[in-house]
Amino acid sequence: MSLRTPLGKVLGLGSAGEGSGHWWVQRVTAVALLPLTVWFGISLLTHTLQSYDAMRGWIAQPWVAVLTLVLVLTLAWHSKLGVEVVIGDYVHGKGAKTSLLLISTFVHVLAAAAGSFAILLLALS
Amino acid sequence: MSQRPLSPHIGVYKFMYTMSLSILHRITGCVATVGLLAFVWWLMALASGPDAYATAMRCLGSPFGKLLLVGFTFSFIYHFCNGVRHLVWDTGRGLERAQARASGAVVIVAAVVLTIVVVWAGCRAMGFTEAA
Repeated sequence: MSLRTPLGKVLGLGSAGEGSGHWWVQRVTAVALLPLTVWFGISLLTHTLQSYDAMRGWIAQPWVAVLTLVLVLTLAWHSKLGVEVVIGDYVHGKGAKTSLLLISTFVHVLAAAAGSFAILLLALS
Repeated sequence: MSQRPLSPHIGVYKFMYTMSLSILHRITGCVATVGLLAFVWWLMALASGPDAYATAMRCLGSPFGKLLLVGFTFSFIYHFCNGVRHLVWDTGRGLERAQARASGAVVIVAAVVLTIVVVWAGCRAMGFTEAA
């Protein structure tokens, strides 16, 4: 016997309530990445990549540094959300799913931190 | 609760070419994630100094490095083009079967052409005299 009502027993067992936010942020980051990646790709390929001084001088410019920083963070965010969807769809074991989601989170945070740090170091030193 | 059906039920669908585009979107997204890690590694090399940068560029210029770069380039460009297709779908447009098939063909042609252009421009920017 339970004092819980039938409705109370099932409330919260369905959607975790975060799906639409996950979905929406994936779209927001996708839209942001359209101009950012086109800008970065064209800018990068018009420089001489073999020249350390040329690359360093280019990326250290204030606006280039800021936009590249935003690019790295947005890429990492979008990538994290996408990988989570793939893991959620194809990995069914609870332990394996949780482990992979944890690893994905750690890797993406590390990538965002390393990328940001590298750009700040180049721009500020 | 564990017996509830889980998406996606790949096995129950008849194969159609638009499906392979959808699967390719996920595969290229995962490859692009690896590409992001390579991009961050390259940024760290640039921030570490001329020697580390020269080593990174030597790795990227090796046959395996070039193969990876072409793979990352195609994956990113395909994911970009098909991502635009998905964003259009999100507005409720282009969902009719004929439209989805046509836009899929546009995405494939655009991805291949853009990959060739970017690889060519990349070879110039990287200073590779031979074609990748």
